[in-house]
Amino acid sequence: MKFIKALLSIALTALLIWALDCKFGEIPPIGAFLNPSTGFWQNAESKHTLATENLKLPGLLDKVIIRYDDNHIPHIFAKNDHDLYYAQGFVTARDRLWEMDIQTREASGRLSEIIGSKTLDLDRYHRRMGMVYGAENTLKGIMANPVTRVMVNAYTDGVNSYIHQLAPKDYPIEFKLLDYEPEEWKPINCAYLLKLMSETLAGGSDQFAMTNNLKRFGIKDVNDLFPDYPFHEDPIIPVGTKWDFKPLPTPKPSAGFIAQMTEGIQTKEITPGVGSNNWAISGSKSATGYPILANDPHLNLTFPSIWYQVQLSSPTVNVNGVSLPGAPCIIIGYNQSISWGVTNVDADVMDWYQVKFKDNTKNEYWYNNQWNKVQKRVEVIKVLNQKDIVDTVLYTHQGPVVYETTDKKPAKGSENIPVGNALRWIAHDESDEFMCFHLLNRGKNYADYRKALTYFTAPAQNFIFASNDKDIAITPNGKFPLKFKDQGKFILDGSDPANDWQGWIPADQNPTVKNPLRGFVSSANQSSTDPSYPYYINWRFEQYYRGKRINDKLSVMKNATVDSMRRMQMDNYSILAQDILPGMLKYLDTTKMTAEQINAFHIVKIWDKHYAVNSIGATIFDDWWYNFYNEVWGDKFDIKGTYLKYPSYDRTEKLLLTEPNSKWFDNSTTPAKETCADIVAQSFYNSVNELVHKHGKPGPKWQWGLIKQTYVNHLANLPGFGTGIFAAGGRGGVINALRNGNGPSWRMVVQMGPNVKGYGVFPGGESGNPGSFYYNDMFNTWKNGELNELLFLRSATEPSVRVKTTLVLN
Amino acid sequence: MLFLIILILSFASGYFLPWWVVAIAAFLAAFFIGKTPTQSFWSGFSAVFIVWTVLALFKSIPNDHILASRVVQLFPLPHNWIWLLLITALIGGIVGGMAALSGVLLKRAFAK
Repeated sequence: MKFIKALLSIALTALLIWALDCKFGEIPPIGAFLNPSTGFWQNAESKHTLATENLKLPGLLDKVIIRYDDNHIPHIFAKNDHDLYYAQGFVTARDRLWEMDIQTREASGRLSEIIGSKTLDLDRYHRRMGMVYGAENTLKGIMANPVTRVMVNAYTDGVNSYIHQLAPKDYPIEFKLLDYEPEEWKPINCAYLLKLMSETLAGGSDQFAMTNNLKRFGIKDVNDLFPDYPFHEDPIIPVGTKWDFKPLPTPKPSAGFIAQMTEGIQTKEITPGVGSNNWAISGSKSATGYPILANDPHLNLTFPSIWYQVQLSSPTVNVNGVSLPGAPCIIIGYNQSISWGVTNVDADVMDWYQVKFKDNTKNEYWYNNQWNKVQKRVEVIKVLNQKDIVDTVLYTHQGPVVYETTDKKPAKGSENIPVGNALRWIAHDESDEFMCFHLLNRGKNYADYRKALTYFTAPAQNFIFASNDKDIAITPNGKFPLKFKDQGKFILDGSDPANDWQGWIPADQNPTVKNPLRGFVSSANQSSTDPSYPYYINWRFEQYYRGKRINDKLSVMKNATVDSMRRMQMDNYSILAQDILPGMLKYLDTTKMTAEQINAFHIVKIWDKHYAVNSIGATIFDDWWYNFYNEVWGDKFDIKGTYLKYPSYDRTEKLLLTEPNSKWFDNSTTPAKETCADIVAQSFYNSVNELVHKHGKPGPKWQWGLIKQTYVNHLANLPGFGTGIFAAGGRGGVINALRNGNGPSWRMVVQMGPNVKGYGVFPGGESGNPGSFYYNDMFNTWKNGELNELLFLRSATEPSVRVKTTLVLN
Repeated sequence: MLFLIILILSFASGYFLPWWVVAIAAFLAAFFIGKTPTQSFWSGFSAVFIVWTVLALFKSIPNDHILASRVVQLFPLPHNWIWLLLITALIGGIVGGMAALSGVLLKRAFAK
């Protein structure tokens, strides 16, 4: 009896401990997570820090001094380049290890290994679209160049030296929550980071939707609604810029393409508003006589941030700015001679090809009038608590057949991927983007900038530049395929060699402009050039709204200072509203309105067109435009079971302003024949009624900042680890393009001159640890539209009151 | 006495051994010097309860509790870090108490 009691008690205790050490579904192992010895409490960082810390690390050639400033930004001083990138890897891992791990897992389709079948579709998609294949090719390019090979290997060693010294109690909190261990960093992980950027910025496609549009509406309507050059435009390379090169002959359109265009054959979606701003003014416009450069890339806003600030210094370089955690070099920044920044080029570098297989074995496909062998690539996906998934992906010479049959396609989320099509994507090609940044980081002048750009493949960026030689320049740059006009606007016939990419636009013929007469250069993802550029880059770009506002402001600017640039980055003025609001208001008749509608009418009529945080006019206009746009197109383009692309805002503007009696205003679901006036009025009434229903009479509750949901979430959307919803101004389409969880992920302004001065901030903090005082210490500065003066030390010994701690690596 | 020994062993093991070593410490201590089941359970419970509270506070106070204040929001608890501390200590206490109870019961089973 006593024994039974004892054994029962022991068994119960053992069971309890086992249960507390086990992960159940999404619940972390409670005992392991909560105990103070190894659990999350260990991640609480103390506010008392040592002034100096010494670490012995294997593999360093010499001593490295790292000085952390008041925002915990590391300023690395190394005696050689190997040690510099080793130290960059080490300090980045120390602050961002989990972010680095989860991003490379996502890119390489390995999330299910730690999360389970929930992420299987995402993993399979990343494998099948060739992320691993592309990263392997890029790694070849990196390793073929001795400079980038040393850099990436040293960075990798630095990351690993950090991982090796970790005890389980030191693991970042997310590892403890998800119950897995950090693994060895590999050079290919650096390439995955690039693939992830390519996926975000050049991984969208509307070819499938456009092909469906063509089938549904015919070529005449499609050409009318989806023109190759917008109604309103203000291109990046100023109109009238001469092309001083002899262009290569443009490839001839394939026979199938011509047939599609003339006969009207019956046969990841682009994220609208993904974009960024950059501009640089020449000395003639600035107060100091030296150029000023500004850049704010718009990306998903997360804790930890996609950016990591760092200063890198060795005998060959001294550069300051932001890096991508998991990749060496500074991506956006400045040194003592030059500064540079990037925005995305909406180049069409992702094309779909219809594949005709010989039979169900899918061993051969038809191309160039013969059967060709299909390559097979086996992807093994490990899944937590399950058997491995073995997935065979078919490759034609174009690339992977992402979903060869409908049943391979997940039920939701991949509407834009056509079944049975091979994907030709720039991110699959061998490349060496890090060489571009290696050279930019060390750049001294315009020639160095131009040389650096030749190494950049994807995702194509508008590289903006300013130097102490008082040069400014901008280049929409990347490896652009040589195409016939509109090649890839619709799905292509994969059997015809004429549909393949026919080589490349020579790097030195990429559009570029240096020191234009107007005294500034800028970009906001709009058309790279006017139609006079001899090559085809894409039929559609981001619309001109932000670009136009930037150019309007800069053309009248004189004696500009850093603060003028900072204020411009926070500008909320809407060019869309400027273009169309008067045209919309004229259709409204107050005699037919309810009291609340009249009230709203008077508010929006005197609205200053700024999407300010407290603006009520912004709320009314925004909702009105949204409803108008959907009432015009919804009945034609929102068709169940068919994936179609809506015409752009720009085309809708043209319709509103110049074609009031167009057939497109007629709502096909009503017997009446509607005109522009009807839809404008109807959408206004609907909007006001909706707003009244949700928020009561027009008043403080209608303020734009409260209506718009703005937040910064933790990368894994953990509650309590993000900001929650906060009130903020801005909107996609205005310079301060802040909406939902996307917006200016880094704002930077650099004043060139003998003493270069940089300013910048990102929403978050350097540390990825929610238990750090530097987890979100820069968030409020960012939210208030202020910038931090960036500490840029000239030497390891330069005194500065802002240096708080020093880390010495041996 | 039993309380003190478990307290010291738990503290000592807290930094380098897996978290459940406190259970072995409490078990062995009670096996050798435990008297009654009630005394053993409460000695184990209170010793580990106190050790875990102190160890957690030792990390959390210099942190101004910023981490605990975030983590508590992951749990279905009121949004105050003190609740997280209480749950932590309770779990430690129950494990310690149960282990000590098991130790003394086993001792009694062998006793004549």
